[in-house]
Amino acid sequence: MEVLQLLVSGISQGCVYGLIALGFVLIYKATEMVNFAQGDLMMLGAFFAYTYLNLMELHFLVALPLTIFTMAILGAFTERVMIRPMIGEPHFSVLMLTIGLGFILRAAAGAIWGNEPRSLDLPYAGGVIDLGGLIIGYENLVIVIGTAMLCTLLFLFFRFTRLGIAMQAASQNQLAAFYVGIPVKRIYSLVWAISAGISAVAGILVAPVSLIDPLIGFIGIKAFAAAIVGGFGSLPGAIVGGLIIGIVEQFAGLYLPTGFSDVSAYVILLVMLLIRPEGIFATMQQKKV
Amino acid sequence: MAVLELTNIETYYGPVMAIRGVSLEAKEGEISVLLGANGAGKTTVLKTISGAMEPQKGKITFRDQEIQGVDPDQTARMGIAHVPEGREVFPFLTVEENLQMGAFSRGDSEVQQDMEMVYDYFPVLAEKAKQQSAYLSGGQQQMLAIGRALMLRPSMMLLDEPSLGLSPRLVSEIAEIIERVNREQNMTILLVEQNAKMALDIGHYGYVMEVGRIVMEDTCERLKSSQDIQEFYLGVKDEGVRGRRRWKQRKTWR
Repeated sequence: MEVLQLLVSGISQGCVYGLIALGFVLIYKATEMVNFAQGDLMMLGAFFAYTYLNLMELHFLVALPLTIFTMAILGAFTERVMIRPMIGEPHFSVLMLTIGLGFILRAAAGAIWGNEPRSLDLPYAGGVIDLGGLIIGYENLVIVIGTAMLCTLLFLFFRFTRLGIAMQAASQNQLAAFYVGIPVKRIYSLVWAISAGISAVAGILVAPVSLIDPLIGFIGIKAFAAAIVGGFGSLPGAIVGGLIIGIVEQFAGLYLPTGFSDVSAYVILLVMLLIRPEGIFATMQQKKV
Repeated sequence: MAVLELTNIETYYGPVMAIRGVSLEAKEGEISVLLGANGAGKTTVLKTISGAMEPQKGKITFRDQEIQGVDPDQTARMGIAHVPEGREVFPFLTVEENLQMGAFSRGDSEVQQDMEMVYDYFPVLAEKAKQQSAYLSGGQQQMLAIGRALMLRPSMMLLDEPSLGLSPRLVSEIAEIIERVNREQNMTILLVEQNAKMALDIGHYGYVMEVGRIVMEDTCERLKSSQDIQEFYLGVKDEGVRGRRRWKQRKTWR
């Protein structure tokens, strides 16, 4: 029973990592840039949800879509003013830029909402289901269901809609996409919007489990490890990588000495890089020069 | 009537001047041919027209509109379909999805009909409609790239070395298709080629480029019979010419 209990909390934590990893991978696949502010976008999403729910006291069915929408706009705006001027610059500059963006977002959130931890007034927080001794918190259940729904939605979008296929096309062959008339620059803004929207969902989902403060974005680094474990560039890989890291973390917390829980993500990352550096789902083709 | 007109175009790769003042025009319903050796700047001319590169100087007019510096997705919407060299397909999309993407900027309902038209030109693509295009052969990928460009319903096509790396039989097959598209749809085509024989056979008017400049232009008929073209591009040489070119008999370099 203890094992099952750990598995459940591992899966729900892993889903959060997976969602942030999804944001990393989406942006990387489309633009070949790594956005290190992904975790901080999640933090910002959680704070927007806090603003709409706790401060403005909107109904949560209004507040949550509004949060996602706000973050999507912010994501597109970031791409437009910060990232697009960097096209053609070395990857390292873009990387530094997103790390800097993370610092700015953390400082701004601290200045606006304060540094003390907050909790989100979600109607489902606190309830539990008892499955014959296996206790599942509603918030954990919501994380798993929410992640599954979001992934299905994304899958359908990328597989069957014209815009989704165009996004795949733009990521597979940017120049050819330009030549057939796909507005690639606008597609990039859209990718950032979707990616920021996903991290907003992650922020909302994780808020009832861990309190919100400006530093929760640092779990983005673990999510980054999850993305690499899954095979950077694979969307299912991001979720699977997240789940692996989430579950192992829980077990390491109980069965290994104190402190191992926090480093287990990086241990997995190192082991993965040693035995299968391309990740679990290696879909990326050799890069053409 | 000239559909596309380039006037004194200069384009740079960083500090390197790739095109040094090129002027040319493509006439309505004709196949214009641009010949030249590697590094002459042919591909850069096409990239400058479609907007993937921005010219430093000069003017490009397409149907009385100036289009220099316009982004490639916009020129595509205006009706210029650029088929880049090297079979640039979307590798993980199916053949059918590739063709659908060709019609991305169109809002009309006749996409299905045009897809049939492309399958009529290239029956082999219809057989492989549901396959990922990464698994097509080189020739099939080239056909897919041309077919995808046709899905745009362009009024002009820029073809960049469609014969690159294809077997002689496929080269003549592609040449036939290009001729057919030109004839049946009255398509204006600007064809860049290294395979001078193929290009001069199907083309109407030709330009020869050398290190960023146009050094010769004439109708394809007359280019074919020109001494220089025969010697440098068609590989026709008489004994006498060969003898004189021996390096031992040269007194100076240049």
